[in-house]
Amino acid sequence: MVIIAKTNNRKSVRDNVYTRIYFLKFPKDTSDKPVIFSLIKEHDIEVNILRADILPQREGIMILEIKGSKSNVKKGLAYLEEIGVNIERLAARVRRDDDKCFQCGACTGVCPVDALYIRREDMAVLFDPDKCTGCSQCLLICPVRAMEMSLGKEWMSIDAASSK
Amino acid sequence: MDQINNIRTYDEINQKIKAGNAVIVTAEEMVSIVRDKGVEKAAKHVDVVTTGTFAPMCSSGAFLNIGQMIPTIKTSKVWFNKVPAYGGLAAVDAYLGATEPSEDDPLNKVYPGEFKYGGGHVIEDLLRGKPILLEAKAYGTDCYAARKLKKEITLEDLPYALLCNPRNGYQNYNCAVNRTERTVYTYMGMLKAGLRNATYCSAGELSPLFNDPFYKTIGIGTRIFLGGAQGYVTWHGTQHRPNVQRSDRGVPLTPSGTLMVQGDLKEMSHDWVKGVSILGYGNSLAVGLGIPIPILSLEIAESTGIGDEELFTQVVDYGHDYTNGVSDPLAQVSYAELKSGSIEIEGKQIKTAPLSSVVKARQIAEILKKDIENGTFQLSEPVKLIPGPNQ
Repeated sequence: MVIIAKTNNRKSVRDNVYTRIYFLKFPKDTSDKPVIFSLIKEHDIEVNILRADILPQREGIMILEIKGSKSNVKKGLAYLEEIGVNIERLAARVRRDDDKCFQCGACTGVCPVDALYIRREDMAVLFDPDKCTGCSQCLLICPVRAMEMSLGKEWMSIDAASSK
Repeated sequence: MDQINNIRTYDEINQKIKAGNAVIVTAEEMVSIVRDKGVEKAAKHVDVVTTGTFAPMCSSGAFLNIGQMIPTIKTSKVWFNKVPAYGGLAAVDAYLGATEPSEDDPLNKVYPGEFKYGGGHVIEDLLRGKPILLEAKAYGTDCYAARKLKKEITLEDLPYALLCNPRNGYQNYNCAVNRTERTVYTYMGMLKAGLRNATYCSAGELSPLFNDPFYKTIGIGTRIFLGGAQGYVTWHGTQHRPNVQRSDRGVPLTPSGTLMVQGDLKEMSHDWVKGVSILGYGNSLAVGLGIPIPILSLEIAESTGIGDEELFTQVVDYGHDYTNGVSDPLAQVSYAELKSGSIEIEGKQIKTAPLSSVVKARQIAEILKKDIENGTFQLSEPVKLIPGPNQ
């Protein structure tokens, strides 16, 4: 009985603490606002900036890991949307082409967060997009270029647009 | 123990296959059968053990005959999608090597080079039925007047296409690490400075030559699974080295035996033949290879029963030692350790990553097993075995 209670308890804790990685696009007029400060201070959200490119009077982009209670995260994301930040799950921008991938496992040696990993029982090479932080190291290590990440272009196109 | 005590012959196995009662198991299954039942019972019960491997195999390529035209041509320089092929063979014959990069590739000028397209990719594109730009130059003779050629071709248009790999199926291979202070990009992948990762490239217990360590069944004329079709072992491979140090079970502890294999490219599938780009190193071709091992003797049954715990390789420094011909392995590790995800070197836990697909190797062994069971794949007795170790 005790064990069941404990399990339930653990489950509820896991449901409450919410960790997700987002790909954010900031419109020009938000670049002078202390957005991250507000997320932390006003919405009690733990953040981890994984990648960012934000300069004054330019569109900015950021890969942000967000951690907090479900309700706080919900409010925080609502705040971001309100000020015009485009929010997308990073996982939606990363994929593995399973037709190309032959599950050699070379990628598992460079992935720093084990989003690409090997299930040891059968040595299957698996990809968990929710864990991916968008570091892009796997892109060129994969011998058949099976990993696709639509961030690089975004990064570049913003650089190009701003230099016009 | 060295004496071959004959259990069954090739003919008897093929009779059983025809009758539909041959017992075929994969090399992985054989390891547990031998462990559970003992080698004698296993040898009596099992007729054939199937193996498989799927990894980049650099010494690969294809002989392509491009067909004649009018006026006739003796091609001396040949390109497929801008990838140079060797034309010094005969009028319209060429050999396209898997590691040949596209002529306009920046190579390692922008380091580490990406090597996006090479001979291996042309072979894969041919198998995908894609049109390939064929270009050739000739100096012109009275019998072969044309001096140039430029047209699109597909695999179907070619009168003859033979996958011919001078060195495949390496029996064991090094585990690579980097002891220096800078990252290196090798054919064994990216190796971080200061022993921070290790790579290896063998299917271990599933790998063909690990299951026949003394080459008692594999030789010229052995029918095999090659690139999704039936191919043949046609010779021992380049760099075949049977006289290396072996474990007490007879299995080589370093890279050793190799095979030359051939098969009709037109019968193959892009699922089992894939062009690869190895960062900072170059192009290659990943090839699916599987060999059935007939259990002719107790000795062969014993070898097929050896599992990853008893298969070992050497940990070699690719930052300095390999390039400088220094033979000074850092350690000996088992494939069971390598497959566990980390090994211990100089008191340090190092993450391992494979370059050879166990999932695909297993699939090949399973396909071979089904094909033999269905009677679509008969075993062939080699005309001559490949050279074994000196007695």
